[in-house]
Amino acid sequence: MTATSGRRAEDGPEGETAAEGAPGGGVLEAEVSEEGAPERDPAGGATPGRNEVYVPSRRRIERERHRRGRARRSTAVAALSTLVTAVVLYLVVVDAPGWPRTKETFFDASYAREAFPKVLDGLWLNLRLFAVCGVVVLLLGTLVAVARTLKGPVYWPVRALATAYTDFFRGLPLIICLSIVVFGVPALQLQGVTTDPVLLGGAGLVLTYSAYVAEVVRAGIESVHPSQRAAARSLGLTARQTLRHVVLPQAVRRQVPPLLNDMVSLQKDTSLVSIGGAVEAMRSADVIVGRSLNYTAYIVAALLFVALTVPMTRFTDWVTARTDRHRGQGGIV
Amino acid sequence: MSETPVPGGPLLRMESVRKTFGDSVVLRDVDLEVAPHTVTTLIGASGSGKSTLLRCANLLEEVDDGAIWLDGEEITDPVTDQDAVRRRIGVVFQAYNLFPHMTVLENITLAPRRVHGVGRAEAEAHARELLERLGLGARAGEYPDRLSGGQQQRAAIVRALAVRPRLLLLDEITAALDPELVGEVLDVVRDVKADGMTMVLATHEMGFAREVSDQVCFLEDGVILERGTPEQVFGDPRQERTRRFLGRIVEAGRL
Ligand SMILES: Nc1ncnc2c1ncn2[C@@H]1O[C@H](COP(=O)(O)OP(=O)(O)OP(=O)(O)O)[C@@H](O)[C@H]1O
Ligand SMILES: [Mg+2]
Repeated sequence: MTATSGRRAEDGPEGETAAEGAPGGGVLEAEVSEEGAPERDPAGGATPGRNEVYVPSRRRIERERHRRGRARRSTAVAALSTLVTAVVLYLVVVDAPGWPRTKETFFDASYAREAFPKVLDGLWLNLRLFAVCGVVVLLLGTLVAVARTLKGPVYWPVRALATAYTDFFRGLPLIICLSIVVFGVPALQLQGVTTDPVLLGGAGLVLTYSAYVAEVVRAGIESVHPSQRAAARSLGLTARQTLRHVVLPQAVRRQVPPLLNDMVSLQKDTSLVSIGGAVEAMRSADVIVGRSLNYTAYIVAALLFVALTVPMTRFTDWVTARTDRHRGQGGIV
Repeated sequence: MSETPVPGGPLLRMESVRKTFGDSVVLRDVDLEVAPHTVTTLIGASGSGKSTLLRCANLLEEVDDGAIWLDGEEITDPVTDQDAVRRRIGVVFQAYNLFPHMTVLENITLAPRRVHGVGRAEAEAHARELLERLGLGARAGEYPDRLSGGQQQRAAIVRALAVRPRLLLLDEITAALDPELVGEVLDVVRDVKADGMTMVLATHEMGFAREVSDQVCFLEDGVILERGTPEQVFGDPRQERTRRFLGRIVEAGRL
Protein backbone atom coordinates (compact mmCIF):
# COMPACT_ATOMS: atom_id res chain seq x y z
CA MET A 1 0.00 0.00 0.00
CA THR A 2 2.78 2.42 0.85
CA ALA A 3 4.21 1.87 -2.57
CA THR A 4 0.98 2.57 -4.40
CA SER A 5 -0.44 5.52 -2.50
CA GLY A 6 1.20 8.67 -3.81
CA ARG A 7 -0.70 10.92 -1.45
CA ARG A 8 0.50 13.05 1.36
CA ALA A 9 2.32 11.56 4.26
CA GLU A 10 1.19 13.80 7.05
CA ASP A 11 3.13 14.54 10.15
CA GLY A 12 2.13 12.37 13.05
CA PRO A 13 0.60 9.53 11.03
CA GLU A 14 -0.63 7.72 14.11
CA GLY A 15 -4.02 6.78 12.78
CA GLU A 16 -2.77 6.03 9.32
CA THR A 17 -1.02 2.76 9.89
CA ALA A 18 -4.23 0.85 10.19
CA ALA A 19 -5.65 2.40 7.03
CA GLU A 20 -2.45 1.81 5.15
CA GLY A 21 -2.77 -1.83 5.92
CA ALA A 22 -6.25 -2.00 4.44
CA PRO A 23 -6.45 -3.51 0.99
CA GLY A 24 -6.86 -1.26 -2.09
CA GLY A 25 -9.19 1.72 -1.98
CA GLY A 26 -8.52 2.37 1.67
CA VAL A 27 -7.25 5.85 1.02
CA LEU A 28 -10.59 7.58 0.82
CA GLU A 29 -12.12 5.75 3.74
CA ALA A 30 -9.09 6.53 5.83
CA GLU A 31 -9.37 10.24 5.17
CA VAL A 32 -13.04 10.35 5.96
CA SER A 33 -12.77 8.42 9.16
CA GLU A 34 -9.79 10.45 10.26
CA GLU A 35 -11.27 13.87 9.80
CA GLY A 36 -14.88 13.02 10.48
CA ALA A 37 -16.09 14.80 7.34
CA PRO A 38 -14.07 15.77 4.33
CA GLU A 39 -12.70 19.23 4.79
CA ARG A 40 -14.07 22.01 2.66
CA ASP A 41 -13.16 25.54 1.94
CA PRO A 42 -16.29 27.57 1.28
CA ALA A 43 -14.41 29.79 -1.15
CA GLY A 44 -13.70 26.70 -3.17
CA GLY A 45 -10.72 24.59 -4.04
CA ALA A 46 -9.45 21.63 -2.16
CA THR A 47 -7.58 22.37 1.01
CA PRO A 48 -4.46 20.33 1.22
CA GLY A 49 -3.36 19.05 4.59
CA ARG A 50 -1.60 21.65 6.64
CA ASN A 51 1.93 20.45 7.31
CA GLU A 52 2.06 18.08 4.45
CA VAL A 53 5.27 16.61 3.13
CA TYR A 54 4.56 15.10 -0.24
CA VAL A 55 6.57 12.04 -1.14
CA PRO A 56 6.07 10.82 -4.68
CA SER A 57 5.11 7.18 -4.69
CA ARG A 58 7.02 4.51 -6.53
CA ARG A 59 4.12 4.20 -8.92
CA ARG A 60 4.46 7.83 -9.93
CA ILE A 61 8.25 7.61 -10.35
CA GLU A 62 7.80 4.48 -12.43
CA ARG A 63 5.18 6.17 -14.59
CA GLU A 64 7.33 9.23 -15.19
CA ARG A 65 10.35 7.15 -16.09
CA HIS A 66 8.22 5.30 -18.61
CA ARG A 67 6.98 8.57 -20.12
CA ARG A 68 10.52 9.94 -20.41
CA GLY A 69 11.67 6.78 -22.12
CA ARG A 70 8.81 6.96 -24.57
CA ALA A 71 9.55 10.62 -25.33
CA ARG A 72 13.23 9.82 -25.99
CA ARG A 73 12.29 6.97 -28.26
CA SER A 74 9.88 9.05 -30.34
CA THR A 75 12.46 11.83 -30.70
CA ALA A 76 14.97 9.33 -32.03
CA VAL A 77 12.44 7.87 -34.46
CA ALA A 78 11.49 11.35 -35.67
CA ALA A 79 15.12 12.37 -36.22
CA LEU A 80 15.92 9.22 -38.12
CA SER A 81 12.89 9.35 -40.37
CA THR A 82 13.54 13.02 -41.16
CA LEU A 83 17.09 12.24 -42.13
CA VAL A 84 16.08 9.33 -44.34
CA THR A 85 13.40 11.39 -46.08
CA ALA A 86 15.83 14.26 -46.69
CA VAL A 87 18.47 11.98 -48.17
CA VAL A 88 15.95 10.24 -50.43
CA LEU A 89 14.54 13.55 -51.65
CA TYR A 90 18.02 14.88 -52.31
CA LEU A 91 19.04 11.82 -54.28
CA VAL A 92 15.83 11.81 -56.32
CA VAL A 93 16.14 15.48 -57.22
CA VAL A 94 19.87 15.49 -57.92
CA ASP A 95 19.69 12.27 -59.89
CA ALA A 96 16.91 13.58 -62.11
CA PRO A 97 18.12 13.88 -65.71
CA GLY A 98 17.06 17.51 -65.97
CA TRP A 99 18.64 18.60 -62.68
CA PRO A 100 21.78 20.40 -63.96
CA ARG A 101 19.66 22.43 -66.36
CA THR A 102 17.04 23.15 -63.70
CA LYS A 103 19.70 24.18 -61.26
CA GLU A 104 20.99 26.70 -63.73
CA THR A 105 17.62 28.26 -64.56
CA PHE A 106 16.01 28.19 -61.10
CA PHE A 107 18.81 28.31 -58.59
CA ASP A 108 21.37 30.74 -59.94
CA ALA A 109 23.12 32.61 -57.14
CA SER A 110 24.01 35.67 -59.14
CA TYR A 111 20.47 36.18 -60.36
CA ALA A 112 19.25 35.60 -56.83
CA ARG A 113 21.51 38.39 -55.60
CA GLU A 114 20.19 40.70 -58.28
CA ALA A 115 16.55 39.80 -57.70
CA PHE A 116 16.52 39.86 -53.92
CA PRO A 117 16.51 43.65 -53.28
CA LYS A 118 14.02 44.31 -56.06
CA VAL A 119 11.62 41.60 -54.98
CA LEU A 120 11.96 42.75 -51.40
CA ASP A 121 11.08 46.25 -52.54
CA GLY A 122 7.97 44.88 -54.22
CA LEU A 123 7.12 42.89 -51.13
CA TRP A 124 6.80 46.11 -49.17
CA LEU A 125 3.80 46.95 -51.34
CA ASN A 126 2.33 43.50 -50.67
CA LEU A 127 2.69 44.08 -46.96
CA ARG A 128 1.03 47.48 -47.02
CA LEU A 129 -1.73 46.15 -49.20
CA PHE A 130 -2.23 43.25 -46.81
CA ALA A 131 -2.33 45.47 -43.73
CA VAL A 132 -4.97 47.79 -45.18
CA CYS A 133 -7.05 45.08 -46.84
CA GLY A 134 -6.85 42.86 -43.75
CA VAL A 135 -8.39 45.52 -41.52
CA VAL A 136 -11.06 46.47 -44.05
CA VAL A 137 -11.91 42.81 -44.70
CA LEU A 138 -12.36 42.05 -41.01
CA LEU A 139 -14.62 45.06 -40.52
CA LEU A 140 -16.66 44.57 -43.66
CA GLY A 141 -16.90 40.82 -43.14
CA THR A 142 -18.19 41.30 -39.60
CA LEU A 143 -20.68 43.87 -40.80
CA VAL A 144 -22.02 41.53 -43.48
CA ALA A 145 -22.17 38.66 -40.98
CA VAL A 146 -24.16 40.76 -38.53
CA ALA A 147 -26.46 41.87 -41.34
CA ARG A 148 -27.16 38.24 -42.17
CA THR A 149 -28.13 37.38 -38.60
CA LEU A 150 -30.51 40.31 -38.04
CA LYS A 151 -33.96 39.08 -37.10
CA GLY A 152 -37.33 40.50 -37.99
CA PRO A 153 -39.19 41.40 -41.18
CA VAL A 154 -37.85 44.97 -41.16
CA TYR A 155 -34.39 43.70 -41.96
CA TRP A 156 -35.39 41.41 -44.77
CA PRO A 157 -33.84 43.56 -47.54
CA VAL A 158 -30.60 43.91 -45.58
CA ARG A 159 -30.45 40.18 -44.97
CA ALA A 160 -31.20 39.39 -48.59
CA LEU A 161 -28.54 41.79 -49.82
CA ALA A 162 -25.92 40.40 -47.47
CA THR A 163 -26.79 36.84 -48.46
CA ALA A 164 -26.62 37.64 -52.17
CA TYR A 165 -23.28 39.35 -51.65
CA THR A 166 -21.66 36.41 -49.85
CA ASP A 167 -23.11 33.87 -52.25
CA PHE A 168 -21.82 35.76 -55.25
CA PHE A 169 -18.32 36.63 -54.13
CA ARG A 170 -17.63 33.34 -52.47
CA GLY A 171 -18.35 31.59 -55.72
CA LEU A 172 -16.48 34.01 -57.94
CA PRO A 173 -12.84 32.99 -58.53
CA LEU A 174 -10.54 35.66 -57.15
CA ILE A 175 -8.63 36.03 -60.39
CA ILE A 176 -11.82 36.76 -62.32
CA CYS A 177 -13.01 39.19 -59.67
CA LEU A 178 -9.68 41.03 -59.82
CA SER A 179 -9.70 41.11 -63.63
CA ILE A 180 -13.18 42.56 -63.70
CA VAL A 181 -12.42 45.21 -61.10
CA VAL A 182 -8.93 46.14 -62.29
CA PHE A 183 -9.71 46.25 -66.00
CA GLY A 184 -13.45 46.83 -65.93
CA VAL A 185 -13.66 49.83 -63.65
CA PRO A 186 -11.17 51.97 -65.62
CA ALA A 187 -12.95 50.99 -68.82
CA LEU A 188 -16.11 52.60 -67.48
CA GLN A 189 -14.24 55.92 -67.39
CA LEU A 190 -16.24 57.09 -64.42
CA GLN A 191 -15.59 60.58 -63.17
CA GLY A 192 -13.60 60.69 -59.95
CA VAL A 193 -13.09 56.92 -59.75
CA THR A 194 -9.50 55.82 -59.49
CA THR A 195 -7.76 53.77 -62.15
CA ASP A 196 -4.81 52.96 -59.90
CA PRO A 197 -4.24 49.19 -60.19
CA VAL A 198 -3.13 48.97 -56.58
CA LEU A 199 -6.30 50.55 -55.22
CA LEU A 200 -8.52 48.62 -57.58
CA GLY A 201 -6.69 45.37 -56.89
CA GLY A 202 -7.10 46.03 -53.16
CA ALA A 203 -10.81 46.61 -53.70
CA GLY A 204 -11.08 43.30 -55.55
CA LEU A 205 -9.33 41.47 -52.73
CA VAL A 206 -11.60 43.12 -50.17
CA LEU A 207 -14.72 42.14 -52.11
CA THR A 208 -13.80 38.48 -52.24
CA TYR A 209 -12.24 38.08 -48.82
CA SER A 210 -14.99 39.94 -46.97
CA ALA A 211 -17.38 37.30 -48.24
CA TYR A 212 -15.19 34.52 -46.81
CA VAL A 213 -14.71 36.29 -43.51
CA ALA A 214 -18.44 37.07 -43.27
CA GLU A 215 -19.22 33.36 -43.41
CA VAL A 216 -16.65 32.55 -40.76
CA VAL A 217 -17.97 35.23 -38.43
CA ARG A 218 -21.57 34.21 -39.06
CA ALA A 219 -20.76 30.64 -38.10
CA GLY A 220 -19.23 32.05 -34.91
CA ILE A 221 -22.28 34.15 -34.14
CA GLU A 222 -24.58 31.21 -34.62
CA SER A 223 -22.44 29.03 -32.37
CA VAL A 224 -23.05 31.30 -29.38
CA HIS A 225 -25.73 29.61 -27.33
CA PRO A 226 -29.09 31.41 -27.17
CA SER A 227 -28.94 31.31 -23.38
CA GLN A 228 -26.10 33.82 -23.58
CA ARG A 229 -28.37 36.29 -25.34
CA ALA A 230 -31.10 35.58 -22.82
CA ALA A 231 -28.71 36.28 -19.96
CA ALA A 232 -27.57 39.53 -21.53
CA ARG A 233 -31.09 40.71 -22.28
CA SER A 234 -32.21 39.78 -18.77
CA LEU A 235 -29.58 42.18 -17.45
CA GLY A 236 -31.25 44.94 -19.44
CA LEU A 237 -28.74 45.10 -22.28
CA THR A 238 -30.29 46.17 -25.56
CA ALA A 239 -30.07 43.98 -28.65
CA ARG A 240 -27.19 46.06 -29.93
CA GLN A 241 -25.31 45.98 -26.61
CA THR A 242 -25.84 42.24 -26.43
CA LEU A 243 -24.31 41.82 -29.86
CA ARG A 244 -21.42 44.14 -29.09
CA HIS A 245 -20.46 42.91 -25.61
CA VAL A 246 -21.64 39.32 -25.45
CA VAL A 247 -22.22 37.69 -28.83
CA LEU A 248 -19.54 39.15 -31.10
CA PRO A 249 -16.61 38.80 -28.68
CA GLN A 250 -17.43 35.13 -28.20
CA ALA A 251 -18.06 34.57 -31.91
CA VAL A 252 -14.80 36.17 -33.00
CA ARG A 253 -12.76 34.53 -30.27
CA ARG A 254 -14.05 31.15 -31.25
CA GLN A 255 -13.27 31.82 -34.90
CA VAL A 256 -9.75 33.19 -34.47
CA PRO A 257 -8.05 30.18 -36.09
CA PRO A 258 -10.16 30.16 -39.27
CA LEU A 259 -10.00 33.96 -39.43
CA LEU A 260 -6.22 33.98 -39.22
CA ASN A 261 -6.22 31.25 -41.83
CA ASP A 262 -8.08 33.58 -44.17
CA MET A 263 -5.59 36.30 -43.32
CA VAL A 264 -2.65 34.09 -44.28
CA SER A 265 -4.43 33.37 -47.51
CA LEU A 266 -5.06 37.07 -48.14
CA GLN A 267 -1.44 37.84 -47.48
CA LYS A 268 -0.20 35.72 -50.32
CA ASP A 269 -3.08 36.56 -52.63
CA THR A 270 -1.93 40.18 -52.60
CA SER A 271 0.49 38.96 -55.26
CA LEU A 272 -2.46 38.63 -57.65
CA VAL A 273 -2.85 42.39 -57.95
CA SER A 274 0.17 42.14 -60.23
CA ILE A 275 -2.24 41.31 -63.05
CA GLY A 276 -3.13 44.99 -63.25
CA GLY A 277 0.50 46.02 -63.43
CA ALA A 278 1.06 46.97 -59.79
CA VAL A 279 4.74 46.52 -59.09
CA GLU A 280 4.67 44.25 -56.08
CA ALA A 281 6.95 41.29 -55.34
CA MET A 282 5.54 38.96 -57.98
CA ARG A 283 5.64 41.68 -60.67
CA SER A 284 9.22 42.61 -59.75
CA ALA A 285 10.22 38.99 -60.16
CA ASP A 286 8.33 38.83 -63.46
CA VAL A 287 10.29 41.76 -64.83
CA ILE A 288 13.61 40.15 -64.03
CA VAL A 289 12.53 36.77 -65.41
CA GLY A 290 11.31 38.37 -68.61
CA ARG A 291 14.58 40.15 -69.10
CA SER A 292 16.97 37.35 -68.18
CA LEU A 293 15.00 34.22 -69.07
CA ASN A 294 16.16 32.83 -65.75
CA TYR A 295 13.55 31.80 -63.19
CA THR A 296 15.58 32.31 -60.05
CA ALA A 297 13.68 35.49 -59.27
CA TYR A 298 10.48 33.45 -58.87
CA ILE A 299 12.19 31.21 -56.35
CA VAL A 300 13.32 34.29 -54.44
CA ALA A 301 9.79 35.68 -54.44
CA ALA A 302 8.41 32.30 -53.41
CA LEU A 303 10.77 31.99 -50.48
CA LEU A 304 10.02 35.52 -49.35
CA PHE A 305 6.28 34.88 -49.41
CA VAL A 306 6.70 31.68 -47.47
CA ALA A 307 8.95 33.43 -44.99
CA LEU A 308 6.21 35.99 -44.54
CA THR A 309 3.41 33.52 -43.87
CA VAL A 310 5.28 31.22 -41.52
CA PRO A 311 5.32 33.71 -38.63
CA MET A 312 1.64 34.35 -39.26
CA THR A 313 0.88 30.63 -39.09
CA ARG A 314 2.89 30.22 -35.90
CA PHE A 315 1.05 33.23 -34.50
CA THR A 316 -2.23 31.48 -35.30
CA ASP A 317 -1.10 28.39 -33.41
CA TRP A 318 0.02 30.47 -30.49
CA VAL A 319 -3.25 32.40 -30.31
CA THR A 320 -5.24 29.18 -30.45
CA ALA A 321 -3.21 27.59 -27.70
CA ARG A 322 -3.49 30.70 -25.57
CA THR A 323 -7.25 30.92 -26.02
CA ASP A 324 -7.60 27.33 -24.87
CA ARG A 325 -5.46 27.88 -21.81
CA HIS A 326 -7.18 31.13 -21.08
CA ARG A 327 -10.58 29.53 -20.99
CA GLY A 328 -9.38 26.84 -18.67
CA GLN A 329 -10.15 24.12 -21.13
CA GLY A 330 -7.60 21.53 -22.00
CA GLY A 331 -6.84 18.47 -20.00
CA ILE A 332 -5.74 15.39 -21.84
CA VAL A 333 -8.35 15.32 -24.55
CA MET B 1 -34.63 50.65 -6.23
CA SER B 2 -35.50 53.86 -7.93
CA GLU B 3 -39.25 53.55 -8.59
CA THR B 4 -41.75 53.98 -5.84
CA PRO B 5 -44.06 51.01 -5.72
CA VAL B 6 -47.80 51.39 -5.80
CA PRO B 7 -48.60 51.44 -2.10
CA GLY B 8 -50.19 48.24 -0.98
CA GLY B 9 -50.29 46.70 -4.45
CA PRO B 10 -48.42 43.58 -5.48
CA LEU B 11 -45.02 44.06 -7.04
CA LEU B 12 -45.67 41.40 -9.65
CA ARG B 13 -49.07 40.32 -10.85
CA MET B 14 -49.92 37.76 -13.48
CA GLU B 15 -53.42 37.25 -14.75
CA SER B 16 -54.61 34.36 -16.92
CA VAL B 17 -51.21 33.94 -18.46
CA ARG B 18 -51.07 31.41 -21.26
CA LYS B 19 -47.93 30.20 -22.98
CA THR B 20 -47.61 27.47 -25.58
CA PHE B 21 -44.71 26.08 -27.54
CA GLY B 22 -46.17 24.76 -30.76
CA ASP B 23 -48.78 22.24 -29.71
CA SER B 24 -47.71 21.89 -26.11
CA VAL B 25 -49.50 24.13 -23.66
CA VAL B 26 -47.02 24.87 -20.91
CA LEU B 27 -48.87 27.59 -19.00
CA ARG B 28 -52.64 27.30 -19.39
CA ASP B 29 -54.07 29.86 -17.05
CA VAL B 30 -51.68 31.21 -14.47
CA ASP B 31 -52.63 33.80 -11.86
CA LEU B 32 -49.99 34.99 -9.46
CA GLU B 33 -49.51 37.85 -7.07
CA VAL B 34 -46.22 38.63 -5.40
CA ALA B 35 -46.23 41.18 -2.58
CA PRO B 36 -43.20 43.45 -2.15
CA HIS B 37 -40.40 42.16 0.08
CA THR B 38 -41.65 38.59 0.02
CA VAL B 39 -40.34 35.33 -1.35
CA THR B 40 -42.57 33.23 -3.58
CA THR B 41 -41.51 29.70 -4.42
CA LEU B 42 -42.70 27.74 -7.42
CA ILE B 43 -42.69 23.99 -7.00
CA GLY B 44 -43.85 21.30 -9.34
CA ALA B 45 -42.66 18.38 -11.39
CA SER B 46 -39.91 18.72 -13.93
CA GLY B 47 -41.38 20.18 -17.09
CA SER B 48 -44.34 21.73 -15.28
CA GLY B 49 -43.36 25.16 -16.56
CA LYS B 50 -41.55 26.82 -13.65
CA SER B 51 -38.71 28.12 -15.80
CA THR B 52 -41.14 29.18 -18.49
CA LEU B 53 -43.16 31.18 -15.97
CA LEU B 54 -40.03 33.00 -14.81
CA ARG B 55 -38.96 33.69 -18.39
CA CYS B 56 -42.39 35.13 -19.16
CA ALA B 57 -42.17 37.41 -16.14
CA ASN B 58 -38.91 38.77 -17.52
CA LEU B 59 -40.31 39.07 -21.06
CA LEU B 60 -37.73 36.63 -22.39
CA GLU B 61 -40.75 34.72 -23.66
CA GLU B 62 -43.74 36.44 -25.14
CA VAL B 63 -46.96 35.32 -23.51
CA ASP B 64 -49.75 34.12 -25.77
CA ASP B 65 -52.53 35.48 -23.64
CA GLY B 66 -53.14 37.16 -20.31
CA ALA B 67 -51.26 40.05 -18.78
CA ILE B 68 -48.40 40.77 -16.39
CA TRP B 69 -47.95 43.85 -14.24
CA LEU B 70 -44.79 45.03 -12.58
CA ASP B 71 -45.21 47.79 -10.03
CA GLY B 72 -48.70 48.41 -11.36
CA GLU B 73 -47.49 48.90 -14.92
CA GLU B 74 -48.60 46.41 -17.54
CA ILE B 75 -45.42 45.05 -19.04
CA THR B 76 -47.11 42.76 -21.56
CA ASP B 77 -48.46 45.84 -23.32
CA PRO B 78 -46.73 45.85 -26.71
CA VAL B 79 -45.75 49.49 -26.32
CA THR B 80 -43.72 48.98 -23.13
CA ASP B 81 -39.99 49.35 -23.36
CA GLN B 82 -38.93 45.76 -22.75
CA ASP B 83 -35.32 46.67 -22.04
CA ALA B 84 -36.47 49.09 -19.36
CA VAL B 85 -38.60 46.36 -17.78
CA ARG B 86 -35.73 43.88 -17.78
CA ARG B 87 -33.51 46.47 -16.16
CA ARG B 88 -35.75 46.27 -13.10
CA ILE B 89 -35.73 42.49 -12.90
CA GLY B 90 -32.73 40.39 -12.04
CA VAL B 91 -32.54 36.77 -13.15
CA VAL B 92 -30.40 33.86 -12.08
CA PHE B 93 -30.80 31.10 -14.62
CA GLN B 94 -30.95 27.39 -14.02
CA ALA B 95 -27.74 27.01 -16.05
CA TYR B 96 -26.17 30.23 -14.65
CA ASN B 97 -25.39 31.54 -18.16
CA LEU B 98 -22.30 33.44 -17.11
CA PHE B 99 -20.41 34.99 -20.01
CA PRO B 100 -17.42 32.70 -20.60
CA HIS B 101 -15.27 35.36 -22.25
CA MET B 102 -15.37 37.66 -19.25
CA THR B 103 -13.96 37.35 -15.77
CA VAL B 104 -16.33 37.12 -12.85
CA LEU B 105 -15.82 40.82 -12.16
CA GLU B 106 -16.47 41.76 -15.79
CA ASN B 107 -19.59 39.59 -15.82
CA ILE B 108 -20.90 41.46 -12.83
CA THR B 109 -19.99 45.00 -13.87
CA LEU B 110 -21.14 44.70 -17.49
CA ALA B 111 -24.76 45.71 -16.91
CA PRO B 112 -24.11 48.38 -14.26
CA ARG B 113 -21.58 50.03 -16.54
CA ARG B 114 -23.22 49.63 -19.94
CA VAL B 115 -26.87 49.80 -19.00
CA HIS B 116 -26.95 51.92 -15.89
CA GLY B 117 -23.99 54.14 -16.73
CA VAL B 118 -22.22 53.53 -13.43
CA GLY B 119 -18.53 54.41 -13.46
CA ARG B 120 -16.01 51.61 -13.60
CA ALA B 121 -14.51 52.16 -10.17
CA GLU B 122 -17.89 52.39 -8.49
CA ALA B 123 -19.24 49.34 -10.29
CA GLU B 124 -16.20 47.29 -9.36
CA ALA B 125 -16.30 48.38 -5.74
CA HIS B 126 -19.93 47.36 -5.47
CA ALA B 127 -19.23 44.06 -7.23
CA ARG B 128 -16.33 43.25 -4.92
CA GLU B 129 -18.42 44.04 -1.90
CA LEU B 130 -21.13 41.63 -3.06
CA LEU B 131 -18.58 38.95 -3.98
CA GLU B 132 -17.05 39.28 -0.57
CA ARG B 133 -20.43 38.80 1.02
CA LEU B 134 -21.00 35.61 -0.93
CA GLY B 135 -17.56 34.25 -0.15
CA LEU B 136 -16.18 34.78 -3.64
CA GLY B 137 -13.84 37.66 -2.91
CA ALA B 138 -10.79 35.79 -4.11
CA ARG B 139 -12.37 34.74 -7.39
CA ALA B 140 -13.12 38.12 -8.95
CA GLY B 141 -10.44 37.77 -11.62
CA GLU B 142 -11.23 34.18 -12.63
CA TYR B 143 -13.02 33.07 -15.76
CA PRO B 144 -16.28 31.19 -15.13
CA ASP B 145 -14.92 27.95 -16.62
CA ARG B 146 -12.47 27.72 -13.77
CA LEU B 147 -15.07 27.95 -11.04
CA SER B 148 -16.92 25.08 -9.48
CA GLY B 149 -20.65 24.79 -10.07
CA GLY B 150 -21.46 26.33 -6.71
CA GLN B 151 -19.11 29.22 -7.27
CA GLN B 152 -20.60 29.90 -10.68
CA GLN B 153 -23.99 29.84 -9.06
CA ARG B 154 -23.03 32.47 -6.54
CA ALA B 155 -21.30 34.58 -9.20
CA ALA B 156 -24.56 34.52 -11.18
CA ILE B 157 -26.46 35.65 -8.09
CA VAL B 158 -24.04 38.53 -7.61
CA ARG B 159 -24.41 39.48 -11.27
CA ALA B 160 -28.17 39.66 -10.89
CA LEU B 161 -27.94 41.64 -7.65
CA ALA B 162 -25.39 44.13 -8.98
CA VAL B 163 -28.01 46.02 -10.99
CA ARG B 164 -30.07 46.57 -7.82
CA PRO B 165 -33.25 45.09 -9.29
CA ARG B 166 -36.76 45.55 -7.90
CA LEU B 167 -37.49 41.89 -8.38
CA LEU B 168 -35.22 38.88 -8.46
CA LEU B 169 -36.12 35.69 -10.32
CA LEU B 170 -34.14 32.64 -9.28
CA ASP B 171 -34.39 29.42 -11.25
CA GLU B 172 -33.25 26.37 -9.32
CA ILE B 173 -30.27 28.07 -7.86
CA THR B 174 -29.48 25.15 -5.60
CA ALA B 175 -29.65 22.45 -8.26
CA ALA B 176 -25.90 21.99 -8.56
CA LEU B 177 -24.99 22.32 -4.92
CA ASP B 178 -24.24 19.93 -2.12
CA PRO B 179 -26.32 20.21 1.06
CA GLU B 180 -23.76 22.37 2.80
CA LEU B 181 -23.70 24.91 -0.02
CA VAL B 182 -27.48 24.83 -0.22
CA GLY B 183 -27.41 26.09 3.34
CA GLU B 184 -25.11 28.89 2.32
CA VAL B 185 -27.24 29.94 -0.62
CA LEU B 186 -30.23 29.84 1.69
CA ASP B 187 -28.42 32.31 3.92
CA VAL B 188 -27.75 34.50 0.92
CA VAL B 189 -31.41 34.47 -0.06
CA ARG B 190 -32.43 35.33 3.51
CA ASP B 191 -29.87 38.11 3.56
CA VAL B 192 -31.11 39.54 0.31
CA LYS B 193 -34.66 39.29 1.55
CA ALA B 194 -33.73 41.12 4.73
CA ASP B 195 -32.47 43.92 2.51
CA GLY B 196 -36.01 44.23 1.20
CA MET B 197 -35.71 42.35 -2.08
CA THR B 198 -38.71 40.64 -3.64
CA MET B 199 -38.01 37.21 -5.06
CA VAL B 200 -39.68 34.51 -7.08
CA LEU B 201 -37.82 31.25 -7.20
CA ALA B 202 -38.31 27.86 -8.73
CA THR B 203 -36.91 24.91 -6.86
CA HIS B 204 -37.00 21.19 -6.32
CA GLU B 205 -35.53 21.55 -2.81
CA MET B 206 -38.61 21.39 -0.65
CA GLY B 207 -36.57 21.99 2.50
CA PHE B 208 -35.24 25.13 0.94
CA ALA B 209 -38.70 26.23 -0.18
CA ARG B 210 -40.10 25.62 3.29
CA GLU B 211 -37.35 27.59 4.98
CA VAL B 212 -37.30 30.66 2.83
CA SER B 213 -40.75 31.29 1.35
CA ASP B 214 -43.67 33.41 2.35
CA GLN B 215 -45.78 31.90 -0.38
CA VAL B 216 -45.50 28.51 -2.06
CA CYS B 217 -47.15 27.81 -5.40
CA PHE B 218 -47.61 24.32 -6.74
CA LEU B 219 -47.60 24.30 -10.51
CA GLU B 220 -49.21 21.49 -12.40
CA ASP B 221 -50.93 21.06 -15.72
CA GLY B 222 -50.33 24.67 -16.67
CA VAL B 223 -52.03 26.21 -13.67
CA ILE B 224 -51.10 27.07 -10.11
CA LEU B 225 -53.03 24.29 -8.49
CA GLU B 226 -52.38 25.26 -4.93
CA ARG B 227 -50.87 28.23 -3.15
CA GLY B 228 -50.39 29.17 0.43
CA THR B 229 -47.90 29.54 3.21
CA PRO B 230 -45.23 26.85 3.38
CA GLU B 231 -46.83 25.49 6.55
CA GLN B 232 -50.13 25.07 4.79
CA VAL B 233 -48.88 23.67 1.47
CA PHE B 234 -46.33 21.31 2.96
CA GLY B 235 -48.17 20.52 6.18
CA ASP B 236 -51.73 20.26 5.03
CA PRO B 237 -52.12 20.35 1.26
CA ARG B 238 -55.71 20.82 0.13
CA GLN B 239 -55.34 19.26 -3.29
CA GLU B 240 -55.02 15.56 -3.81
CA ARG B 241 -52.43 16.10 -6.55
CA THR B 242 -50.28 18.32 -4.36
CA ARG B 243 -50.35 15.59 -1.74
CA ARG B 244 -49.31 13.00 -4.32
CA PHE B 245 -46.46 15.20 -5.61
CA LEU B 246 -45.17 15.84 -2.09
CA GLY B 247 -45.52 12.17 -1.32
CA ARG B 248 -43.23 11.29 -4.19
CA ILE B 249 -40.75 13.89 -3.02
CA VAL B 250 -40.77 12.43 0.47
CA GLU B 251 -40.20 8.99 -1.01
CA ALA B 252 -37.21 10.36 -2.90
CA GLY B 253 -35.92 11.69 0.39
CA ARG B 254 -35.94 15.32 -0.65
CA LEU B 255 -38.20 16.67 2.07
N1 LIG C 1 -38.16 27.12 -26.08
C1 LIG C 1 -38.95 26.05 -25.97
N2 LIG C 1 -39.46 25.44 -27.04
C2 LIG C 1 -40.29 24.39 -26.93
N3 LIG C 1 -40.64 23.85 -25.77
C3 LIG C 1 -40.17 24.40 -24.64
C4 LIG C 1 -39.29 25.52 -24.68
N4 LIG C 1 -38.98 25.85 -23.41
C5 LIG C 1 -39.62 24.97 -22.63
N5 LIG C 1 -40.33 24.09 -23.35
C6 LIG C 1 -41.19 23.03 -22.83
O1 LIG C 1 -42.00 23.57 -21.84
C7 LIG C 1 -42.17 22.66 -20.76
C8 LIG C 1 -41.85 23.34 -19.44
O2 LIG C 1 -40.47 23.64 -19.41
P1 LIG C 1 -39.82 24.37 -18.19
O3 LIG C 1 -38.38 24.53 -18.50
O4 LIG C 1 -40.57 25.59 -17.88
O5 LIG C 1 -40.01 23.31 -17.03
P2 LIG C 1 -39.52 23.37 -15.52
O6 LIG C 1 -40.74 23.30 -14.67
O7 LIG C 1 -38.63 24.52 -15.32
O8 LIG C 1 -38.75 22.01 -15.40
P3 LIG C 1 -37.42 21.69 -14.54
O9 LIG C 1 -37.85 21.52 -13.15
O10 LIG C 1 -36.93 20.40 -15.13
O11 LIG C 1 -36.47 22.81 -14.75
C9 LIG C 1 -41.29 21.47 -21.08
O12 LIG C 1 -42.11 20.44 -21.54
C10 LIG C 1 -40.38 21.95 -22.17
O13 LIG C 1 -40.11 20.91 -23.05
MG1 LIG D 1 -36.59 24.70 -15.01
